Amino acid sequence: MASVNDPCATPPETTSPANTVSAAGLTSSAGGVIYNQMVVDTRERERQTDRLFFALSDATRRDIVTRTLDRERSVSELGRLYPISLTAVQKHVEVLVDAGLVSKHRSGREQLVRGKVNQLRQAHELLDELETVWRSRLERFEDVLNETTGKESE
Amino acid sequence: MTVWNVDKNAEAKTMVITAKFKTSIANVWQLWADPRLLERWWGPPGFPATFEHHDLTPGGTITYFMSGSDGGDRFDSAWNVIEVDAPTRLVVEDAIVEDDGTPSDGNSMTRMEIDIEAVGDTTRMILTTHFHSLEGMEQAIAMGVADGMKACMSQIDALLAEVAA
Repeated sequence: MASVNDPCATPPETTSPANTVSAAGLTSSAGGVIYNQMVVDTRERERQTDRLFFALSDATRRDIVTRTLDRERSVSELGRLYPISLTAVQKHVEVLVDAGLVSKHRSGREQLVRGKVNQLRQAHELLDELETVWRSRLERFEDVLNETTGKESE
Repeated sequence: MTVWNVDKNAEAKTMVITAKFKTSIANVWQLWADPRLLERWWGPPGFPATFEHHDLTPGGTITYFMSGSDGGDRFDSAWNVIEVDAPTRLVVEDAIVEDDGTPSDGNSMTRMEIDIEAVGDTTRMILTTHFHSLEGMEQAIAMGVADGMKACMSQIDALLAEVAA
């Protein structure tokens, strides 16, 4: 059992009863099917967001993503960059693969990792994440503004 | 509420955020114009930004690096300054950073336009971020989200401190 502090621990998965659209759903009204599909989509999106945030919560994993966006790097090459075992690097890579942030393929004896611009991840999802980035950035902006001007902001 | 409105256009890979502050245009501009102030809010907690060159003139460059507060590797970034009309408008495009740390032209991934205007006794800041590619968006998220969890923790800490006070 992985400890809470284990950076390679798997993120908490919320079990979802709506995970499967039952065959019965197909025989109900069209509205019901659409509703079920929406629930599945929403839950799936939430899980994907959880995985993404979890994957990006660790400094080493962020570093791996940034470095492999430029060019493909082998697991052993990545291993030399950090003071952790090759196994730990491999675990980090697995977490990133799960989150859809990198892809991995084998070339001879090497496992190559590539930062992934997943074409399936739509631009609107990326914009949602950017909105989160900017909302927190603007909170800090306002804090600094208040500190420098000594005034209340709205 | 600081954030007044968010308008996202996925097709155009553009996001427009409007924020409102009860202060002067000059004070809001200062947070972009003064690198020491800029670095206090640009990077997330645990992943601060340090601005090295900050030449806020058209054709000038702004360079900064971000590094983990745990002393991890640093990531260099640069902006080419496109337009400056102090204290109301600033346009920058990010530049690819060469190995020697200098920004190069071309292949910009992001264009950011900042417009600051007075509305009554408040100041409105409109941020238009346009991404030329999905790669640019991914990288901006990787750099910007950084310590999302740590950020949450520090907010909780701040709240607790308030409650305890």
